[in-house]
Amino acid sequence: MNGAADMGGMHGFGPVVPEKNEPVFHADWEGHSFALNMVTGVANLWNIDAFRFKRESLPPPEYLNLSYYGLWTRTLELMMLEYGVATPEELKTGHAIAPFKKAERAITAAECDNMVRCARPFSREATEPAKFKAGDKVRAKNMHPRHHTRLPRYARGHVGEVVRIVGCHVFPDSHASNRDEDPHWLYTVRFDGRDLWGPDGDPTSTVSVDAWEPYLEKL
Amino acid sequence: MEHDRHDDHASELSDMQLRTRALETILLEKGYIEPAAIDVLIETYEKKIGPRNGAQVVAKAWVDSKFRQWLFEDGTAAIATLGFGGRSGNHLVALENTPAVHNMTVCTLCSCYPWAVLGLPPLWYKSAPYRSRAVADPRGVLKDFGVDLPKDTEIRVWDSTAELRYLVVPMRPAGTEGWSEEKLADLVTRDSMIGTGFPKNPGDAS
Repeated sequence: MNGAADMGGMHGFGPVVPEKNEPVFHADWEGHSFALNMVTGVANLWNIDAFRFKRESLPPPEYLNLSYYGLWTRTLELMMLEYGVATPEELKTGHAIAPFKKAERAITAAECDNMVRCARPFSREATEPAKFKAGDKVRAKNMHPRHHTRLPRYARGHVGEVVRIVGCHVFPDSHASNRDEDPHWLYTVRFDGRDLWGPDGDPTSTVSVDAWEPYLEKL
Repeated sequence: MEHDRHDDHASELSDMQLRTRALETILLEKGYIEPAAIDVLIETYEKKIGPRNGAQVVAKAWVDSKFRQWLFEDGTAAIATLGFGGRSGNHLVALENTPAVHNMTVCTLCSCYPWAVLGLPPLWYKSAPYRSRAVADPRGVLKDFGVDLPKDTEIRVWDSTAELRYLVVPMRPAGTEGWSEEKLADLVTRDSMIGTGFPKNPGDAS
């Protein structure tokens, strides 16, 4: 979707301002917002792409006005409502209101530690050969789906070169619907700065994106 | 103005604090999570997983040519030998800086970042200024960090749009011949592994 999250190439946000000796979390609640999002992931209440889609679906003024973890908390509220984990009244009162459905079981610290440290690859067995190979010129499709997608707007319609076949990976566009992993071949595609940005681009720069096969067409 | 801004910030803080606490309470009361699960996640990313991990990887790549080659061929397998991997490190790609090529990483769509080797990203990495400009004006962004590259250096920007996570391997500073991996790791800064900075000079070692 063409939401506020897709920021590559926008103007007007000002300079990058690094913070000296920055803490990992700037307030206690930020750590809790982070942890709650991780733990609901472990509980498998929804998948990461569904969560991302919900976040980028926020109206642009709301998205842009929230702090980073404010955005996470807001998205988690919406996910808990959509998936029936909480009701609007519960969010208002800050407590579970009886009668409610109890979770089948509680996620433990050991499971979280396991999630952090153990490999959980997104690669899947391929059912058909890759259509493109390294060195191929491809065009990123000019597409504007209303659903979740990971092809940034700035790349759409432009010609790039395949620099790596990554493998066959879970396809976020389908996965975000929470129904199907629908794996597709994933490539790293490199674009010339001048091709992307015209005369305003830096001729010494290139930009690569990781793009699934359905995002690409043969020249 | 200063005063207004401060008030806005403070009110978002208390509002978000309450809303986040509400979510946590509901999840606890309904039995979705054990309280210790929250604590272990916060502690892990505050204290255990951070850029020291990545610095170890880079320092090893500087002294061990076999490891270096492996790191660029199969980053995920190579970092696993140092005990790193898992969440946001399942598909690690290491990028080699050379005198001719400078690599820089971004996630224009949000905040994808190689947690397994760098920990959680700094605020600027997740901010609109960095996400919007890194792909269109990388030299301008580097200037914000006080980094000025030679005019003919090729800049490769890598937008993390899938589950690949990128780690920049900066060039080893001159004057560090014979240094141990441990001493070298002290020179490797977080920003040098994102591509918005360089390692420290030998004279600046802590």
